[in-house]
Amino acid sequence: MPSRIVSTTIPKSIVSMRGITKSFPGVLANDRLDLDLYASEIHALLGENGAGKSTLMKILYGFYRCDSGEILFNGDPIVIHSPHDARLHQIGMVFQDFSLIPALSVAENIALFLPKLPAVLNVNKLNQRILEVSKRYDLQVNPRALVGQLSIGEQQKVEILKLLLAEARLLILDEPTRVLAPHEAEALFKVLDNLRADGYAIVLITHKMKEVLACADRITVLRGGHLAGTILRSEASEDRLVGLMFDKKLAALQVDRRHAITGPDVPLLELRGAETRAEGLTTSLKDINLKVHPGEIVGIAGVSGNGQKELGDLALGMIKCVRGMKILFGKDSTNLSIQQIRRSGVGFIPENPLTMAIAPFMTVLQNMALTRTWRYARAGGLRMDWKGVKDDAERTMQALEFSFPLYVPARSLSGGNLQRMVIVREMTQEPRLIIASYLTRGLDVQSTIAARQALIRARDNGAGILLISEDLEELFSLSDRLIVLYAGTIVGSFKPEETNVFEVGHLMTGSEVQYVENS
Amino acid sequence: MSKIAETLTRFPVFRQKALQTAVRYLLMILFAFLLFGVILLISGKDPLQSYKDIFSSTLGSAYGFSEVIVAMIPMLITALAVALPSRVGLINVGGEGQLYIGAAFATFGALTFSSLPGWLLLPLMVLLGMLGGALWAFIPGYLKSIGLVNETITSLLLNSVAPKIIGFLIFGFWHSPMDTVKTANFGAAARLPTFFGTRIHLGLVFGLVLLVVFWLVMKYTRWGLEMRAIGSNPQAARRNGIPLSKYLVIVMCVGGAIAGLAGMAQVSGFYGMLLLNFSMSLGFMGFMICWLAGGEPIGIVLMSFVVAVITTGGNLLQLTRDLPYAVINILLAFTLFVVLARPTFFKGTKS
Amino acid sequence: MTLLSILGVLSSAIFSGTSLLYTTLGEVIDERAGIVNLGLEGVLLVSASSGFAVTYLSGNPYLGILVSILAGGLMNMILGYLVISRKANQLASGLALMFFGFGLSALIGKPYVGEKIHSLTRYLLPGTAGLPLLYTSLFKFDILIYLVIPVAFLVWWLLFRTRWGLGLRAVGENADTAYASGRNPRSIRYQALFVGGMLVGLGAAHLSIAYAMNWTEYMTAGRGFIAVALVIFSKWHPLRAIVGALIFSGAVAFQLLLQTSGVQVSPFLLDTIPYLLTLVVLIAWGGNRKHSAPASLGRVYQGSE
Repeated sequence: MPSRIVSTTIPKSIVSMRGITKSFPGVLANDRLDLDLYASEIHALLGENGAGKSTLMKILYGFYRCDSGEILFNGDPIVIHSPHDARLHQIGMVFQDFSLIPALSVAENIALFLPKLPAVLNVNKLNQRILEVSKRYDLQVNPRALVGQLSIGEQQKVEILKLLLAEARLLILDEPTRVLAPHEAEALFKVLDNLRADGYAIVLITHKMKEVLACADRITVLRGGHLAGTILRSEASEDRLVGLMFDKKLAALQVDRRHAITGPDVPLLELRGAETRAEGLTTSLKDINLKVHPGEIVGIAGVSGNGQKELGDLALGMIKCVRGMKILFGKDSTNLSIQQIRRSGVGFIPENPLTMAIAPFMTVLQNMALTRTWRYARAGGLRMDWKGVKDDAERTMQALEFSFPLYVPARSLSGGNLQRMVIVREMTQEPRLIIASYLTRGLDVQSTIAARQALIRARDNGAGILLISEDLEELFSLSDRLIVLYAGTIVGSFKPEETNVFEVGHLMTGSEVQYVENS
Repeated sequence: MSKIAETLTRFPVFRQKALQTAVRYLLMILFAFLLFGVILLISGKDPLQSYKDIFSSTLGSAYGFSEVIVAMIPMLITALAVALPSRVGLINVGGEGQLYIGAAFATFGALTFSSLPGWLLLPLMVLLGMLGGALWAFIPGYLKSIGLVNETITSLLLNSVAPKIIGFLIFGFWHSPMDTVKTANFGAAARLPTFFGTRIHLGLVFGLVLLVVFWLVMKYTRWGLEMRAIGSNPQAARRNGIPLSKYLVIVMCVGGAIAGLAGMAQVSGFYGMLLLNFSMSLGFMGFMICWLAGGEPIGIVLMSFVVAVITTGGNLLQLTRDLPYAVINILLAFTLFVVLARPTFFKGTKS
Repeated sequence: MTLLSILGVLSSAIFSGTSLLYTTLGEVIDERAGIVNLGLEGVLLVSASSGFAVTYLSGNPYLGILVSILAGGLMNMILGYLVISRKANQLASGLALMFFGFGLSALIGKPYVGEKIHSLTRYLLPGTAGLPLLYTSLFKFDILIYLVIPVAFLVWWLLFRTRWGLGLRAVGENADTAYASGRNPRSIRYQALFVGGMLVGLGAAHLSIAYAMNWTEYMTAGRGFIAVALVIFSKWHPLRAIVGALIFSGAVAFQLLLQTSGVQVSPFLLDTIPYLLTLVVLIAWGGNRKHSAPASLGRVYQGSE
């Protein structure tokens, strides 16, 4: 655990935000918030999705302008109208989706944001500087490498280097560990520790309690746009923070664990020695052996980018395996088209409905028909039976207790409703096998519960589910069997009750390479 | 421009969206004509007289009007050849080449089977023309579907190759005894019939029928639905089981076939022979018209008409005003510029 | 096929390829900033005709070159206005510019069809003075030819070794990120178009003033479209463009060689070789294209499915 400097004097704040209020159409994102940031301190900004943390920091970084309130820099009020202004005050921010250009090199990406870049670039000098700073804070990365070829963890290093070389003194990191494995997160905290020792002020936006307790000096909790409280680490505990984050106690996710599978053991999906070939930045899968039985939820754990997307696409038929076999419902389906696979009873709920599952400019109703156009086509395809589409959809919507408008363009639905729409569409088919990829990513609490319940209902009706997720809590509570994927291979297979988060976490990052086979 | 729009909206009849659009189009075109008038002035010609001549020669007489329709026919069809692929997100700038190859195939039919009666020969030529255009479009379509090369670039390259193949065929095999830049005249059986003593040929019917079919297919059929899904989000369509690659290739080929049909209509209905470089940017005109019309059938008919008026009138400018024919391109370009400069008013093709 | 004829092909390739290379370099700059110009044909024609006209009227080819350069920059500004300020579709705008160029160049050039001008002096390639006359006549190049390869290097240096070039490339990859870094993508794109347009104008100048030394309608014969293809062939890299321009022009010149050797192939078919060659190369290099095209290039290069 990183050590902490105990402050004995009362330092002057570098940056203070006073009475910040910001609203967007329909939502009050920040309500009269106050925040003080000090040098040599890691300040955690804690809160649920939608609490207003990102908005507040984006205001500080000049991305948004507050409706009212002021920002003080070393005690003097300043005006920040753009990220450029913020950078002039030595404030830097690393966003969740990095602002890097993959086709340019590390050095070029950093140079782009340097305040005093000479008109003629001195590549060697720049590389030199980068190497110096990266060595000092253990952010090693090759300045000449193209960013597109770096791993996510390395890209994050580049983002931090960008801030450091641009001489920022206040660093804002928005959910930095979202894409990191546990041990990479540990490494990041060490880096932050070193930076703090050198006098940097750091703001860590997060929703992960454990991180906050591990490394923050000061914690501000936001809830629904309000300031719930600011406390020092010494005063904080998990219970206290939870109490600040939520107004009521969080209902635990109750899931009935299914009993042992009875009846014929024909797997719905079986992958035997499946191997795929990666193109560009995707991951190739190697030697995948996997079975999904009826009435079973098989969870796939792993850090994003280790082959989960490829596994889901392989099962769907979007990519084909170059070696090995895929057996669906007992028949060799290695070379079937997506349409054939879907027709045989496979449903697919992708991680990002807007980009991966729907036609945004067509209506919701029209989207409902897209996965089974053959079923609703009449007169050889000359007409479509829209009434049939509507009836089927409404029936499923009733059964799942979902409701959303049918005649609006699909893109006008909210994220939660989009996912609901996709779930309804897939469930209408009554699939025997469901592939759910990051089912609840980015969803609010209500939509998350609804989505999970829909899956459980399907499972209880005898469907088999391949659940790909990065949310370990979700996987542990829903899966009948848990498989860990790392670098495109299966490194662990357990029943959830036989393992714990840390063991799975280590497997997810490849630190324990023994394949633990349990069935 | 917006001031005019504002004042117009005070009158209830102008609140209709469609009417607003029509009025805006009209104002745009007027503005373009104004700019061109300036050019005419600079070149020492009288703009008012020139415009009077253009309109009286085209819209002022029955013959002039029929000539406009004749010019409109190939543009109608080539615009459709762009509109269809655009529904699945394909950009077909290869109309030029597809046109030529379709014409070549049709010419082959006309010259080889010249002894057949018209009711057999003409459908054969139609099929050949469509086959030629489809083949020429297959190459970019296929390459795009397997993810190798963007269809825009391959189409552009093939555009340059096609007329040279035509030249090779004419010079090498088909040229008439008197002239090496064209073939012998087609026999009567190989000519599309014309109407009312004008030069308007059956190609007009082809074009209008195809446009109606296009509209019906896109709106009601399963294939139209799936195509729109592809155009809206190709990856999602693929995940939903719609055979993306198949559609890309087939739709591109159909687009090419349509352009090939335009080529056949030109050599059979209009010229009665295959002439070197007969196209004069018809394929690109079709692209522009489709873009101006937002890929909608009614818009295509209207914009083809407008462009046809301009180009037909341009012929007259050359004859009477001593300006090179190419100058009419300036008027055309101004019309395009003005429309392009107001993007909020017009839907683009799905590119 | 003698050494003389081979050298003849080389010389011919250099002569006709110079204007192509300048044009391609200009388009590389534009596309690196994210804008594809299908109207290059029109830009070339207007520049060529105005440069030729000025040369004829003033008797000074250098003045003509200057005017041609300026014309190229200005024509591109039209594209810029449509595509940047009015946010119009790049393909359609480019084609509209092409039509405009057809008409305007015909208007400008009409009085000068068939006229003769004082062209640029041609200097012998250093080091070849000792060769027999037959050979030396092949290697007398004008100054624009000598300058073209240094200019290619200059373009490389501009794009990859200056702050301006970095910003330009960033805009072509991701205009939002460039904006976040404090740059103005719209202004940068205008600058790119102007600089690129000037290079295109230079290419046009070489064509009408130094090489063909006359003016006819449509004399560029598709060079504009070839340049667009060559930019891709060169993977948007100025130095590779040198190779591309040489290959293409070499192929065109090669057909003359075949004719003189008595090989009976239709000149029409031979004319197709460069295009087919480009196509073949595009297919062969197609797999890597995803990583080479500027990410936010027009809406044309959306990448493969």
